[in-house]
Order: sequence, then C-alpha cells, then structure tokens
Amino acid sequence: MADTPSSLPPRSGPPGRRAEDIARWPRLTPLRFTLLVAVGAVLFASIGEVAPSADRVIGAIPRMGSLLDRMLPPETDPAFLGRMGERMVETLQIALVGTLFGILLSFPLAWLSAAGFSPLGRLRWLARATVSLFRTVPDLVWALFFVSAVGLGAIAGTLTIIVDTAGFCGRFFAEAMEDSDKRPREALEAVGARRIDLLAAAVVPQCMPSFINTSLFALELSVRSSVVLGIVGAGGIGQELKSAFELFQYSKASAIILAIFVIVLAMEHLTDRLRRRLG
Amino acid sequence: MAARPHPAPRLRDASVPERTDAMPPPPAPATGAALIQADNVRKRFDAGPIVLDGVSLTIRQGERVALIGANGAGKSTLLRSVVGLVPISGGTIDILGQRFSQMPTRRQRAAMRRRLGFVFQFHGLVGRTSALSNVVNGALGQGHGWRAWHQAVGLADRATARADTLSGGQSQRVAIARALVHGPDLLIADEPAASLDPAAGLDIMRLFTRLTHENGRTLVYTTHDMRHALEHSDRIVALKAGRMVFDAVAADLTERDLEPIFRG
Repeated sequence: MADTPSSLPPRSGPPGRRAEDIARWPRLTPLRFTLLVAVGAVLFASIGEVAPSADRVIGAIPRMGSLLDRMLPPETDPAFLGRMGERMVETLQIALVGTLFGILLSFPLAWLSAAGFSPLGRLRWLARATVSLFRTVPDLVWALFFVSAVGLGAIAGTLTIIVDTAGFCGRFFAEAMEDSDKRPREALEAVGARRIDLLAAAVVPQCMPSFINTSLFALELSVRSSVVLGIVGAGGIGQELKSAFELFQYSKASAIILAIFVIVLAMEHLTDRLRRRLG
Repeated sequence: MAARPHPAPRLRDASVPERTDAMPPPPAPATGAALIQADNVRKRFDAGPIVLDGVSLTIRQGERVALIGANGAGKSTLLRSVVGLVPISGGTIDILGQRFSQMPTRRQRAAMRRRLGFVFQFHGLVGRTSALSNVVNGALGQGHGWRAWHQAVGLADRATARADTLSGGQSQRVAIARALVHGPDLLIADEPAASLDPAAGLDIMRLFTRLTHENGRTLVYTTHDMRHALEHSDRIVALKAGRMVFDAVAADLTERDLEPIFRG
C-alpha cells in the first residue's frame, strides 16, 4: 500500500474512517438517543395501526380488478357528456375567478406582512397569522365552512379558492418582497419616495418574475383543488364524481376522472409554457 | 435662520503629525446659504465601535465638497445620516434651515429629501426595467423632462435598454439622471466612481461637475481617489476613525497632504 500523501490531513478516527466522516454525524447524547427511541416507537406503533398489511392488499386486488372492469369503458352518452362538460366549465370558472381574486387579495396581505415593508410595525404578525391561517387549513375544510356560510354551489367553491390562493400567494409574495434587492429602494427613499412609490417603482418590478411564477403555480393548484370541492357541495365536477360513485355508476366516474386528468394536464402544460415565455 | 459661521479648518487628529506643518489655510468663508449644517454628529451601531464622533460640517449653496478618508472612516455613514437613511446617535443635522434629524414623521422627511439627490456607489437601478424607467422613477410622479436628463448624461441611444444590460459607467449615468430629474438643490454621491475603471470614473466626475457645479448646484461626495478630490472639489473634508481631521480649500492641497489620511 502506498504511503499517505503528506498533503492529506492526518487520520485521527478509527482505522478506515476519516475524521471528517466522523464529524459529519452528530454525537449521540443521552437526550438524542431518547428522542431517537421515542420517534422509532411512534413510527412502529403507527405502522401497526394504519399501514395496510400484505394480506389486505393482496385480498383487495380482485376487488380493484372488478371495479376497474365496471369502470371501463367510460360513459359516452351525449347527454351525460354535455352535463359533464358544463360542470367542467364551472370547475374552471371557479379555479380562474378564485385564483384571480385570491392573487388580488394576496398583494395587500403580502405588503402588510412583509418585514421591512409593512406599515403595521409590530402588529405585522396579525397579517402573517392571517396568511398562515388561510394556508394551513385544508381547502376541503374551507369548502365545508363556506358551504355552511353561503350554501351549496359554485360560490362556496370560489370563496374557498380565493382563501386558498391568498394563503399560498400571500406567503410567497411577501418572501419575494423581503428578498428583493434593497439598493433600488434605498436609492428612491433617499430622494423622498413614499412607501407606495417604493413598492411600485422598486419592489414590484424586481419581484414580477416571482409573482408571475407563484401565480401560475397557484392556478395549477386551484384547478386541482376545484375538481374535488364538489365532493363537499362546493360546486364543480366533484359533485358529479361523488354522485357517480354513490350511485355505483362507475363508467360515468371513469369518464369524469379521465376528464379531470386531461384538464389538469392541459393546465400544467399551459402554465409551463407561460412560465417559459415570461421567465 | 441666521447663517452659522463656517467651521475653521483645524487638525483634529494628533495621529497625523504631518498635517501640523503642512496645514492648509482655512477655506475662504462661503457666501451662499447653508444647505446642510451638521453639528457634533455622533453615530454608533448598537454595541459596535463609534463610527462618527462629533463631526460638524457646513455645506453652502454652490459648493463642491469632497469627503475623503480610508475605509471605515465614517464618510458613507455621514452622508447616509444627512439624508436620514442612518439615524444618528447624537448631535443635530439641519437641512435648508430645518432640523431634519428630529423630523418625526416619514412624510416630513420625504418632503425634505425631495430637495436632495443621492447617487450610490452601486447605482441601485432596477435591472429588469429600462434605463429611462429608472430615470422616470426618480421623478416621483412629479417631474418631467426625463428624456432631457437622459440625454444630458449621454445615454439618449440607450433609453429603452434594460438597466441590467448597461455597463458600470452607463448605470452610474442613469443613477445620476435619476438623482437629478426631480430638480434637487444638492446632489450627494457616495463613492460615485469607486466601482468604475479609471477612465469611466473620470468621466463620471466630469459629468458631476458639469451637471452640478456649472449649473449652480451643490455637490457633496465621498471618494478614495485623491486626484478626483483635488480636481473636482472646492473643499476637501477629511475623516479618520469617525472624526474630522481637516476641512480645507482643495486648491491649497496636494496629494502629499492627503496621503496620511488614507494610511491606517
């Protein structure tokens, strides 16, 4: 074996292990060991309770096959397809209108919650907490809330998408503003620009690519969300899907799933192209 | 408000003994009104070292004043304090006879800043927008004649170019037009030529002189370049470790007089 070149650092750990390899692993203190055991125990218990057993998965395969058999071929009845088309259009309307108003609501929320921009000072956390509330509560929960508040239908769905989008865009718009180069802001502030001038002239132009990207992602998410909102009565194609499963009309269900797949894929393709063109 | 007496130049730092013999004569009292009056300005960042230690300075209408000093001497902090970008820890700053350092509201400070123009070392342009848009932004929705200013800084043919495609010198020209488009009485520049090559730096200093001094405007700038200070200023104010070392007529100074200021 060749001698170790003198330029290499001396080995101080056990034979075969370099010092930096050892340094990469954190030292196992009693506290860390206890935490590790606790996390392992929770994971182990959870697997035992909710993970599917092999018997159960194998036993379900024939039933899945039977279900797929009943789903194919998808329903092609013109009357059904017409009704599905109307619901699909409604779904897209919910997504587009909800995203538009959600983005518009995101700008003031981002401004109020962004560090270094918010006119609220120490009360900035109120705006931040609102954005977090919008973002962390799942869309189906918001949909249940709005169905209770405004009744069944597309309006509840649109309100859900507005809140969902404001939570998503509000956070990322605020981060984009905080990360923007402060030198253009400082240059305008030094000559007496007002807050609104700083936003319009120095911040928004810098953040525009980020705003556009985030908005396009929000649109994608909204289309995906809006197809399931109908399951809780908030309008759109989800209502048809729920009815089809409840009435065991699996061929209709498969046609709806296929339509959802095409719409979501088309939206992803469209937003990707827009991102590339505007990027 | 009565005009305050012009501060007499004096050696304030005993660590620069060479200055004692070669002490330049005091500048002739300027006759213009005091635009900026800084009295005993002190600045300390949190628990850090003292950056400005009792600096007093008067800038009068029509003067060209160069602030010189080594890195960390407090030049940039002094200029930023003058426009309120850095709050001072003690002392007072008056602009056009009004106590700027104690203006309580953002609106009042903004109104006063509109009388000033400020050029930064690193331009501070919005890269994604055109050069002309950056100039228009400096007008704060009130000014006009953006194109004239663009032409005045020699960039008429690059008006629609994105700011992030401009060279360093061109960017600084846009920054100058942006600082002047709203018609300030005083132009302040923090190391305007420091990020440029010598030829572009000289061009920028000549442009400054043309657009400010020759048009009756007042110019205050910081520089590390002794030749820029000697050729493009009426007064030179030297800072060292946050204290004013001297305030003298530029015509009475030589590079040898300034060299000690830049020594550690």
